[in-house]
Amino acid sequence: MSAENHCSCAQVNEDELYPELEELIAQHNGKPTELIMALHKAQNLFGYLPKKAQEFISEKLNVPISTICGVISFYSFFSTVPKGRHTVKVCLGTACYVRGGQQTLEKVEKELNTKVGSTTEDRRFSVDVVRCIGACGLAPAMLVDDDVYGRVKSTKIMDILGKYE
Amino acid sequence: MIRAYINNVEVEVDEGTTILEAAKKAGFIIPTLCHHDDLKPHGSCGICVVEIEGFPSMKRACMTEIVNGWKIHTNSAQVRATRKVLLELILLNHYMDCPTCIKNNACELQQLAATLGITTLINQSNFKRKPIDSTSLSIVRDPNKCIMCGRCIQVCTEIQTVNALALNNRGFYTSITDAFDVGLGNSPCVNCGQCTVFCPVGALYEKSHAENVWDAINDNSKHVVVQEAPAVRAMLGEEFGMEPGTLVSGKMHAALRRMQFDAVFDTNFTADLTILEEGTEVVDRIKNGGKLPVITSCSPGWVKFMETFYPHLSEYVSTAKSPQQMFGTLSKTYYSEIKGIPAENIVSVSVMPCTAKKFECARPEMNDSSFRDVDYVLTTREIARMMKEAGIDLREMPDEPADNPMGEYTGAATIFGATGGVMEAALRSAYFLITGKELEDVDILPVRGMKGVKEAEIDINGMKLKVAVAHGLGNARIILDKVSEQLQNTGKSEYHFIEIMACPGGCVGGGGQPWGSDMARRARRGETLFQEDKSLPFRRSHENPSIKAIYEKYLEKPNSEKAHHLLHTHYFKRSKVDGRIINDT
Repeated sequence: MSAENHCSCAQVNEDELYPELEELIAQHNGKPTELIMALHKAQNLFGYLPKKAQEFISEKLNVPISTICGVISFYSFFSTVPKGRHTVKVCLGTACYVRGGQQTLEKVEKELNTKVGSTTEDRRFSVDVVRCIGACGLAPAMLVDDDVYGRVKSTKIMDILGKYE
Repeated sequence: MIRAYINNVEVEVDEGTTILEAAKKAGFIIPTLCHHDDLKPHGSCGICVVEIEGFPSMKRACMTEIVNGWKIHTNSAQVRATRKVLLELILLNHYMDCPTCIKNNACELQQLAATLGITTLINQSNFKRKPIDSTSLSIVRDPNKCIMCGRCIQVCTEIQTVNALALNNRGFYTSITDAFDVGLGNSPCVNCGQCTVFCPVGALYEKSHAENVWDAINDNSKHVVVQEAPAVRAMLGEEFGMEPGTLVSGKMHAALRRMQFDAVFDTNFTADLTILEEGTEVVDRIKNGGKLPVITSCSPGWVKFMETFYPHLSEYVSTAKSPQQMFGTLSKTYYSEIKGIPAENIVSVSVMPCTAKKFECARPEMNDSSFRDVDYVLTTREIARMMKEAGIDLREMPDEPADNPMGEYTGAATIFGATGGVMEAALRSAYFLITGKELEDVDILPVRGMKGVKEAEIDINGMKLKVAVAHGLGNARIILDKVSEQLQNTGKSEYHFIEIMACPGGCVGGGGQPWGSDMARRARRGETLFQEDKSLPFRRSHENPSIKAIYEKYLEKPNSEKAHHLLHTHYFKRSKVDGRIINDT
C-alpha cells in the first residue's frame, strides 16, 4: 500500500493559511491578467479553491468574483471541492464498463454516501471516474490512491475501502 | 473607399466597414441574432455567415471588415441552408413555450425563425428543464430560454461594469450565471435591468407585480393610488405602436383612470419636491462648507452600485430619497391625512421605466410612513401589458391631467427622465435659492445630450459651480474615480454637484423600457421630455403651486425636521461578492 501522500486538509485550519496566501500572490496584486497564476498558487496551498480564497483573490487582484468563478469552472484543473485523504478512481473504460464498472461506481457512491467529483464529509475519500487504466484483463478495475484492484465485486468494496484511514 | 460586390451589386464603403453594414447599403438584410447595435460584435451565434469567393469557409458578417474587390454572397443556397441548421441547433436548446412566454411576439429568436423559414418541428420531449432564478427582487432569469448569445454579459461587464453575470463551465454544460450560481439576488447585481433590455429572448425579465396590483384594484376596501415616472410618458406609446418619442402624458393619466385606479397622481410632483430638498441640501453644503460634491440619489441602480463599489463616497450622496419613495411616503401621510383615508387602506403603486425601483421599494428602511411606503412597482412593459389586458387602446385615449394634490408638475420635473435633467432642474432652482432671483434662460444645454460624461461650469452671480453628469455605470466610474482620487490627494474635489444615472440615456433608457431599445431610441425619448418641458407653464420646480402648498400645509420648509424624517434616507456598505449589507455607514 502506498504511503499517504495527500495533505490532510481537514486537520489544518484553513484560516491560518491566508497570511501565506497573501505572501504567495503579493506579486500579482492589482494585476487581473495574472489571475490564473494566483489561482494555481492558491490551489497548491489549500488543495482546492475554497470560496473564501476566491473572494480573497478577487479583492487582491481586482478581478470580479463572477470572472473568477467563470475561469475556475472552465479549467478542469481547478477544483472547488476539497480532495480527500484518499482518492478512489473507478474505471469506466469500455472493458470495465461492460463488466460492471457502473455498478461498482454506484456501490462506492452508496457506501461512501457521496457522488463522483465530490469528497466525503470526513474528507477521507474523494471519488472520481477514469477512462481505462490499462488493466482491462482485470475488469472491472478501480484504484485507491496508487493501488490497483481488479475484478472488483460489489461485495468486496467495503473490505477494500476499509484498508484506508 | 473600398469597392466590393454583394450578391453582384456593387457597393462603395469606407475602410473598416463590416460586411453587415455594407450589405445594408447594398439593400440586403443579413439576419443576425447575437448582434446588437450598442454592443461590440463578438460573433457568438454565427447566424450572419456569408460566402466570400475564394475563401473555403464562411465568415461572420458582423465582425468581418470588407476588403477591396471581395465578391460576397449573402443569400446563396448554401448560406441559407447553413443558417437554418445553426438556428435549428439553437432552437433545440431553447425551451419553447412561446405562447405563454413573456417575450411572445417580441422575441428576436421567434422573428428569426420566421425570417429564415424554419418549418421543421423541433422535438423537445427530452428537454431537461433547469430551475428558474427568482432570487432577485427585480429580475427573473430563466436558463431554459437562454441561447448563450452573451449580450447580457456584455452589457453587465462592458457598459455597466457591474460584472454580476459571467459564462460558467464549458461545452454542453456552459451556462450564464452569477458567481457561484447562487442567484442574482445573492450577487452584486444592482438591478438596473439592462440585461433584460438587451436579451433577445425571454431569458431575463422583470419580476412582475401585475397580479398584486390587479388584486389591490379589485379589493374594494383598498384605495389604490398610482404615480408614473417622468420617462414613462416618453416610451409608453411605443408599446401601442406609436412612434418612439411620442409624448403620452395625458393619455397615460386617462388610461390609468380607466384601469380603475382610485387616484392617478404623477411622480413628476415629487420630482419637483426632490429638487427643493436636494437643491436646498446642495446650496446649504456650498454656503456652509459641507461635504462636496453632492451626488444625486434618484437612481436606485446607482445607489446600490455606490454602496457596493464606492461606499467611501456615501457621505457625498444626497440624503434626499428618490421621487418614487418621496411619493410613497407622502401618499400614506400627507394624502392620507388631507383625504381622511387610513394609511393602512392605501395601496401605493408606481409605474417606472426601471427594474431597480422594485428593489428600492422593498428596502427595509423605506417605511417612514410607518407602512411600506411604495407597495408595488410596475415597469413600463408591465403597465402596457395590463392596459392591453384591460382592453385599453392608449392611442384612443383623451388627454387628461393627473389628480390633485400630487399631480401638478413643472418642466423641471419632466426632464428628470433624461440624462442631465436632474442637474438642469436643480440648477434652475439652485440659482433662485442662492441669488433670490430667477434664472432667465432656463435651458442649460451643456448638460444635455447623449455624451457619456458631461462637464460644465455654471456661473451663478459670480460663483463658479462645477458640475458633472454621467449616465451608464461604466461612465459613472470615470467621474467617481476622478473624484475619489481628488478627495484622497487633496481632501477636496473640483466638483460641486454630480448627477449619476445608472442607465445609458438616463431613465428613458431604463431597464423597464420597451423591449429591444437601442441608444438612438433612448435619445429620441429624451428629446421628447425636453419638448414637454418647453410646453409647460412653469419650468422651475419652486414655482409649482402644489409644491408651495405642501410646504405651507405640511412640510414647513425644505429640509425641515419633518421633511428630513419623511423625505430623506441613509446608505449602507455592501459586499462585492453577494451584495449584502456589511454595516451601516
